[in-house]
Amino acid sequence: MPLLELENVEARYGAIKALHGVSLTVGEGEVVALLGANGAGKTTTLRAVSGTVRKSGQVVFAGRSVARRSPQALARLGVAHVPEGRGLFTELSVWENLRMGAYIRGERKTLRAEAPRIFGYFPWMSERRDQQAGTLSGGEQQMLALARALVARPRLLMLDEPSLGLAPIVVEEIFRIVGELNTKDGLTVLVVEQNAEIALESAARAYVLEVGRVATAGTSDELRGNEAIRQSYLGY
Amino acid sequence: MAEFLQQVVSGLAVGAIYASLALALVLIYRATDVLNFAQGEMATFTTYVAWTLMNHGLSYWPAFALTLAIAFAGGVGVERVLIRPVERRPEVVIVIVTIGLLIALNGLTGWIWGADVKAFDSPFPNDTFEVGGVTISTQDVGTFGVCLATVLLLWAFFRFTTLGLAMRAVANNQNASRLVGVRVGWMLALGWGLAAVLGAVAGMMAAPTVFLDPSMMLVILIYAFAAAVLGGIDSPVGAVVGGLALGVIINLLGAYVDFVGSELRLPTALAVLLLVLLIRPSGLFGHVVVRRV
Repeated sequence: MPLLELENVEARYGAIKALHGVSLTVGEGEVVALLGANGAGKTTTLRAVSGTVRKSGQVVFAGRSVARRSPQALARLGVAHVPEGRGLFTELSVWENLRMGAYIRGERKTLRAEAPRIFGYFPWMSERRDQQAGTLSGGEQQMLALARALVARPRLLMLDEPSLGLAPIVVEEIFRIVGELNTKDGLTVLVVEQNAEIALESAARAYVLEVGRVATAGTSDELRGNEAIRQSYLGY
Repeated sequence: MAEFLQQVVSGLAVGAIYASLALALVLIYRATDVLNFAQGEMATFTTYVAWTLMNHGLSYWPAFALTLAIAFAGGVGVERVLIRPVERRPEVVIVIVTIGLLIALNGLTGWIWGADVKAFDSPFPNDTFEVGGVTISTQDVGTFGVCLATVLLLWAFFRFTTLGLAMRAVANNQNASRLVGVRVGWMLALGWGLAAVLGAVAGMMAAPTVFLDPSMMLVILIYAFAAAVLGGIDSPVGAVVGGLALGVIINLLGAYVDFVGSELRLPTALAVLLLVLLIRPSGLFGHVVVRRV
């Protein structure tokens, strides 16, 4: 049984329909990429999972139907969503952002237990825990957003364009850490990317969205190996 | 010099009341981006509740504590019942709801308790003491102390508790708060509750000197607006400093500048408000957005 299963999910923003029946699955321990052009519905698909957009259709997470659950309920079930634009608390400190990541698990106890693991992945954070999050560099902000999502030990990590606006070396570092979390801790990841090349390197499978539908899907090797798909959807 | 210091001290006492109400305004502004015009009337209403409790035989401090609890519940209730339905509307809609609440509460207060002016007990003795030649009234010290203690307790709550942190997170980024599992709606309601508590403290501290009547907080609310703008409308520290500063400034101007006297105090506050808005719109401690992308 897959950890996450979407069946015929439709979503709209007011009069504009963003998803026209998306179906996909993410297995436990998998890294799956969600690719496609701007406006294809990648972000909306993540929102449909985390409960932050109105939708119809089926969403099953860990065997439960969650289509009608609130974002808070989904966070408690173990869905961590790092949204577009990172969603940091820019006025709070690095440490306070991490505390908020642990909010649903009893922040003090959880953070005390998790901090060493987090600082292991992001050593710079331990020396700069009192810095205001809004003053971090773009790459650091993305890492803090990732760290905050990890503190609660989610079952599913959803990343929305972690590479956006970042230098290639920072992007590589972030994907390296995501890969390590997957292989070491068995973390399941659903990652949205415009940068198909780097996403396919770390994901085992990918879905390509086009105007709110799944246009094609397959393993990363299949997608990369198919010249037609590469040219029309992946753009490299 | 002694007289000057005396004026400063009594200015601080009045200023502490402005500071409490200004802080209430800032709390709600930070969470909902809206100025709560009903903040003063909410304070008046709860002060009448305290008066009723004392009339029914409760002594001052139990009545004070019970009033704070009632104010808290009332503030939470107002948010859930009146603000929640219009939460996602444009800000001007919410502002109009608070103005409606101002008028409704003012009417309700008059209807329940009558429009006549009532005396309100003070918990502090009506005497004075001297420190280095400066005569200080116990009343002023008590008022200042109670307001300051309330503000400090609130600061500690926001600084040291998980709930306080969650409320700050909600004020900073509501969507992100939802994603990490915070019940945003209840945090906003809690904010209204705490603001109502601050208002109740301000009302009960002001009532012994301004006397109880349904419009007693109207002028104080305007001072609180001026104080909040002076400090920076989104800065809690600014609201407190702004309130204290305004209290002292107004008191000194009233005492030393003849034409201000007692009649021109309110226009002076409005002049301060206007000047701040013209010269430094973000106020003394206002938020300058620091953000890198």
